[in-house]
Amino acid sequence: MSGYSLTHLKELEAESIHIIREVVAEFDNPVMLYSVGKDSSVMVQLALKAFYPAKPPFPLMHVDTTWKFREMYAFREGYARTELGLKVLAYVNEEGRQLGIDPFKHSGKHTTVMKTEALKKALDHYGFDAAFGGARRDEEKSRAKERVFSFRDPFHRWDPKNQRPELWNLYNTRINQGETIRVFPLSNWTELDVWQYIHLEKIPIVPLYFAAERPVVKRGGNWILVDDDRLKLLPDEQPTMKLVRFRTLGCYPLTGAVESTATTLPEIIQEMLLCTTSERQGRVIDNDDEGSMEDKKREGYF
Amino acid sequence: MSHRSDLIATDIDAYLAQHERKQLLRFLTCGSVDDGKSTMIGRLFFDAKLIYEDTLRTLERDSVVHGTTGGGFDPALFTDGLKAEREQGITIDVAYRYFSTANRKFIIADTPGHEQYTRNMATGASTCDLAVILVDARNGVVTQTKRHSFIVSLLGIRHVLVAVNKMDLVDFRQEVFDQICEDYVRFAARLDVPDLHFLPISALLGDNIVDSSPNMPWYRGSTLMHFLDNVYIGSDRNLEDFRFPVQLVSRPHLDFRGFCGTIASGIIRSGDEVMVLPSRKTSRVKSIVTFDGQLPEAFAPQAVTLTLTDEIDVSRGDMIVRPGNLPKLEQRFDAMVVWMSDQPMVPGRQYLFKQTTKQVSGTVETLRYQVDVNTLHRCDAPTLELNEIGRCAITLAEPIAFDDYRRNRGTGSLIIIDRMTNVTVGAGMIMARVTADQSHDLWDDLPASALLQTHTSRVSADERRARFGQRPVTILLTGLTGSGKTTLAYAVERRLFDMGRVSTVVDGENLRIGINKDLTFSGKDRSEHMRRGAEFAKLLNDAGVICLAAFVAPSEEVRQRAADVIGRDRFLIVHLSAPIEVCRERAEGDPYAKAEAGELPNYAGVSFPYDVPPHPDLTLPTHELNVEDCVDRIMALLKSKGIVR
Repeated sequence: MSGYSLTHLKELEAESIHIIREVVAEFDNPVMLYSVGKDSSVMVQLALKAFYPAKPPFPLMHVDTTWKFREMYAFREGYARTELGLKVLAYVNEEGRQLGIDPFKHSGKHTTVMKTEALKKALDHYGFDAAFGGARRDEEKSRAKERVFSFRDPFHRWDPKNQRPELWNLYNTRINQGETIRVFPLSNWTELDVWQYIHLEKIPIVPLYFAAERPVVKRGGNWILVDDDRLKLLPDEQPTMKLVRFRTLGCYPLTGAVESTATTLPEIIQEMLLCTTSERQGRVIDNDDEGSMEDKKREGYF
Repeated sequence: MSHRSDLIATDIDAYLAQHERKQLLRFLTCGSVDDGKSTMIGRLFFDAKLIYEDTLRTLERDSVVHGTTGGGFDPALFTDGLKAEREQGITIDVAYRYFSTANRKFIIADTPGHEQYTRNMATGASTCDLAVILVDARNGVVTQTKRHSFIVSLLGIRHVLVAVNKMDLVDFRQEVFDQICEDYVRFAARLDVPDLHFLPISALLGDNIVDSSPNMPWYRGSTLMHFLDNVYIGSDRNLEDFRFPVQLVSRPHLDFRGFCGTIASGIIRSGDEVMVLPSRKTSRVKSIVTFDGQLPEAFAPQAVTLTLTDEIDVSRGDMIVRPGNLPKLEQRFDAMVVWMSDQPMVPGRQYLFKQTTKQVSGTVETLRYQVDVNTLHRCDAPTLELNEIGRCAITLAEPIAFDDYRRNRGTGSLIIIDRMTNVTVGAGMIMARVTADQSHDLWDDLPASALLQTHTSRVSADERRARFGQRPVTILLTGLTGSGKTTLAYAVERRLFDMGRVSTVVDGENLRIGINKDLTFSGKDRSEHMRRGAEFAKLLNDAGVICLAAFVAPSEEVRQRAADVIGRDRFLIVHLSAPIEVCRERAEGDPYAKAEAGELPNYAGVSFPYDVPPHPDLTLPTHELNVEDCVDRIMALLKSKGIVR
């Protein structure tokens, strides 16, 4: 390689920064969806880079299902809000909270109400016209065809047959009244790219990604963390201390831990590369039926 | 998804260090519905062990339900995405796939083959460096192959691999493969594909995908994986013309005013003089700001923030360039347009045009001609329908800064947006290289036979450099007849020789006496004269020799094409600027009088314009300087460029 070439990570970084800046230039009221996960951490880092020395001119928004891991809340407050000094909105679907859906019993309904519905209500509530999301095309089959600028009708629905062609780096940012756009700056990143970037850039992530002794119970074939007293132990359940970590973060009742000894980033990456199951398998909601993520996207889930 | 490497288990830090330096390669796969494109990608991933096991389990389950292999493992299902499409058994959109090796990260744009989806192919091709075109060995080069190749060439992809698939169904016979290669090369001569390769495969069985095929011992080239991992794409980027479309103006506080953007092409250094278009105001780069610290220089495609030394008006949509190297700044131009909407294009109607970071309203004035993507024939048409392609004359409400798409993808591309529906209805590739003489010339042609290959020397450029103590370069001495080109060329050669350096003179007039004696002075033959001179200079440079090329080379277009042939990093332009009155007195044999009398046609300065080079590496007023002064200045130039010490 000559002196004037970029590594793949630097090229991906430049592409993402271009996308983030384009949204800020063309939309009135953008927001960055912040799930507190590793992809969000990378996306925030890219936003810091895009506007340096200025701060990103948009808030982060965490759609809070009220069932996230406690360490995620601590990280959101300690890192995003305090250390980075960013504006962080936390949105809870209050109607949903009052319904008191138990995610242990009704996982699908919990996700629909506290996540999908909550996101739509939050976007309407604040009048955001563009929302950044950390989804990547390599995560799942239906995402492979997703655009970087994903167009949504006034009901936040995604129509896979009616997406705009996207050529070069020329993004069509025009929308009609009431329509919104979801933007995915990490579209072309893979899981390995994300981890490697976190490693190179020394980006802070929630400690749950690293292996530690944690109290867990085995449910439905998954190790579930006993994160607070809302987890009601069944008669035959006894929390045990296990060396575990999480490959993906979500609502703690719906996110299985994996047994692991990986306590450093290189070890995590090593484990990921040697592992033969793909990332999303730890999430309960994808396994419902074939094409289920696609159906959820049509309804407005990211 | 990554390949398996022993390093992962044994030394993860070494593995990570290795993978930090990967290069990104984006490629397009295209083929008609039954050519086995999805099968090829599935096989590539499967054989390279790139598919995760749960994905594989899903695939095996899907193969039973949706598969076209009668319940057997169908690798095609790996790339077919959405539910509805799976039920139809065809891919109908652009799907992006990712994998990596120790050398490269790959992004595959997988695009459909059938006719009504030309727009998807153009979309996929727009970001790609390379295309893999699948041909069914049983059917050979068919209409769809031609269509795909045309779109690939139109979108400016320089590297094409023709994968002749289903070789198992023709008993792996070499003559079938050779015939297809020959047919393809004959057809492709009409396209602009500078780097063409052929590969016989069986995607279903895995022949020549990752492992060499035992069934085709007659084929000694790369496998698909080896080719993708090693094909050289480094020279594709334009690092010559600095273009910085301003995306955002950043003003976090009173003391900072920065211009954010992605460098579309070229290189910029702190302290460089710049010009802002369209205002033409000039300033200097004060700093190149990034989150990771200030940079001394930046290059395409980095995303940076520039600050300038002067307070000048700059806003989104402006372009920062170098004053010596300007793009075109016009509101009328031609573009090849791919139409992407069910609603036909309406000439005269107002659309929005987005190019770089600028959005301007305008109209398609006329459709000059439509191109039949199947035959490449041009025909008259009143409009463009969905998936049709044509050359359009576009007029915008205000000028934009642009370059020819072939020279600069970043500043030569545009999208067309419908003002009412906000939908992207078209994509355009700007044609800025206007040639008065539209007749066929050889510059962009492919060699006449597929059997021709580029052979590489066993002596490396570095070894030659060390032996000769110099970096090979071609110095084009351009100027009117009588400006002193030949005299100066031989004087520089003498000086270099005395220093122990190796150089030679390629003189236009000498060529005309020998190798070019078949050429006349017509515009076309003058262009061919320069082309052969450039090819000759290239051979000399490849041999490590410094070449002093004395040519009139009156047109900037021809000079730039010569630069493309020789290589821009080893091409210098020296303009001998003596005015025509001086040249007329000095020229031997009174050619100017003969030209005026009509005896010498197309004579530069008389009956053919001489374009003064807009940004030469050196200008020598040969009417004011003596020969030794001129030689001194050229030597100083060579030293400053590190060509000789």
